[in-house]
Amino acid sequence: MDLTLIQRTFPFFLEAAWITVQISVLALLLGLLVAFVLVAARLSTVFLFRCLARIYVSVFRGTPCLVQLFIIYFGGPQIGLELEPFAAGVIGLGLNIAAYMAESIRGAISNVDPGQEEAARSIGFGRRQTLWLVTLPQAAKLMIRPLGVNAVALIKGSALVSTISVVELSYTAQRFISSTYKPFEIFMVSALLYIVMVYSVRFVVDYLDNRFAAR
Amino acid sequence: MQGLDLSIVTPYSELLATGLWWTVVMFVSSSILSLLAGIAFALIVLYAPKLMALPVRFITWLLMGTPLLLQLYVIYYGLVQVGIDIPALGAGIIGLSLHFAVYNADVIRAGVVSVDPGQIEGARSIGLSRGQTQRYVIVPQALRSTIAPLGNNLIVLLKDTSLVSIIGIAELVYSAQLAVSETYSPFEFYLTVAVIYYAANLVLEVGLHLLEKKVEMSR
Amino acid sequence: MNSEKFMVEVKGARKAYGALEVLKGIDLSVSRGQIVAIIGPSGSGKSTLLRSINQLEVLNDGEIWLEGEQVNRPLKGRAYEQHINAVRQQMGMVFQHFNLFPHLTVFENIALGPIKLKGLSKKASRELAMEYLSKVGLANKFDEYPSRLSGGQKQRVAIARALAMQPKVMLFDEATSALDPELVEEVNQVMKQLAAEHMTMLIVTHEMRFAGEVADRIVFMDGGVVVEEGAPQDILQNPVHERTRSFLKKHLHDR
Repeated sequence: MDLTLIQRTFPFFLEAAWITVQISVLALLLGLLVAFVLVAARLSTVFLFRCLARIYVSVFRGTPCLVQLFIIYFGGPQIGLELEPFAAGVIGLGLNIAAYMAESIRGAISNVDPGQEEAARSIGFGRRQTLWLVTLPQAAKLMIRPLGVNAVALIKGSALVSTISVVELSYTAQRFISSTYKPFEIFMVSALLYIVMVYSVRFVVDYLDNRFAAR
Repeated sequence: MQGLDLSIVTPYSELLATGLWWTVVMFVSSSILSLLAGIAFALIVLYAPKLMALPVRFITWLLMGTPLLLQLYVIYYGLVQVGIDIPALGAGIIGLSLHFAVYNADVIRAGVVSVDPGQIEGARSIGLSRGQTQRYVIVPQALRSTIAPLGNNLIVLLKDTSLVSIIGIAELVYSAQLAVSETYSPFEFYLTVAVIYYAANLVLEVGLHLLEKKVEMSR
Repeated sequence: MNSEKFMVEVKGARKAYGALEVLKGIDLSVSRGQIVAIIGPSGSGKSTLLRSINQLEVLNDGEIWLEGEQVNRPLKGRAYEQHINAVRQQMGMVFQHFNLFPHLTVFENIALGPIKLKGLSKKASRELAMEYLSKVGLANKFDEYPSRLSGGQKQRVAIARALAMQPKVMLFDEATSALDPELVEEVNQVMKQLAAEHMTMLIVTHEMRFAGEVADRIVFMDGGVVVEEGAPQDILQNPVHERTRSFLKKHLHDR
């Protein structure tokens, strides 16, 4: 095992890992925002909104993320959308994960005891008030874990932006593997960094889950 | 939208069809292998001595915590280093199968564990051996609860076959990339590819749904 | 034909779930201050009837009237929403499984409606909540969370929550069916107290003795129709119909 190789390349990997973190965080935030919009649309009384939300989720979950990234980054200029790889990556990943998060949120809402909604309605609260005052606060606890799963998927999915020339962790790994032909050592380093990221998220999710969902 | 022209795709229909064919090949072979390996891994983790289960657990931990794309890179370049010179196709199938095997194993293991322990007691109390209990009592029940999650894994697998284009396997995305390099119309081609995947996904979902129904029926 | 002399009126209520007819034409009138107990076997439709009064179940046919105003008006969309929300504020419902809001304290549970729907100030709502909480005997649980309460206590809080909206009628849907036997009495006491204060009450219950003690009228339902109704002593002691008789024979030893 070539330890000097690991030593030499580690700074590059650390820097690349930072890019991965940035992309993941930004995509996560974008994804959450879009996800909430989608859920609101899905619960709306307007049929069109409900339809559009369903179509969005179906399309983004029914096609590969890689293809979505290619459409945005490579195909974008054809429709007037010239994006830097980093931006295209964030947008692509964000729009993709939004569909999955929307389902996580929607699932959590539908898992709230229906008696809660009945009680609120029987007092005289309208649909929106019931959702805001009674259903959502309870759904929040239920969505921590599923959203955590989505976040982990996002971190691993961020590797895809290496294909649109974003110099993140997987890109760097591939570069070094193909130049040094020592995949084992390179994998060790990059895998370790990914695992650290993934398990950090899991740790946070576990903490939040225990703190809020165990009352 | 300036100058989008879907007809640019038509001359490349055969190329894309060939690509789709290879996507299907990748999907079917990886599905079968990952299911078989998944069963094997699950059995090891459930019933084999702790020492033997350890490497399986380690690989599971490793493959679940890192991106599939990275795993494909490593296997592709790694096999060459070790001296095994198989074409990219082999690396792709191995990579996909291994990755999804650990996810399938996890599902299967959970399914077996979730069978009511009272069932085991009932079976043993009438004299069935451990093996017979597994075969006639546990497995059929575990099957019912694992069909849906395994189906979900297959749906993910179908989409993830797109990743092997990166290591040079001439499936759908790779074929589209070839077409794009000649026509400089990425939007039309990748959109077409997206539609094809969507349709394929739909077919798969319907198939799985029917399968689930069939399993439900046999009660 | 909207007689204001009745608090609640049900006319020709019909409800079916697909092919299953649950209500086959129910007529019911409840005067102001009257206590009506609805008894019957499971599947008789009594819960469905109660829930159709505040439109948690929507009838296929028939009318529901609350003090001269039709509850199930054929409105659509936002107009319906505004109408039904306003109507529900005038009715209080107590559920078999309490349905207290677990993320809010007892005080917040009771005050939520008055604050958000009646514009009460936080201070005024505290006084209101304390008043009703004391009424059900749980003043000391003001800042507790529902998870810390026993079943009987939760149900009493639920009653206080419903009362805090100062409704015209209280609907009880098997309020004590989910309680351990020793916790039933505390809830019954509260209900008797309400009855003594002349609150109009519709009580769906399995407890024959309690029904006999508290109700002015007992309605026996079976298979989606009203089989018999009358004064408690008449129904419980001398039922006319065979179905009533056989039902009571099975259940009269229930509390």
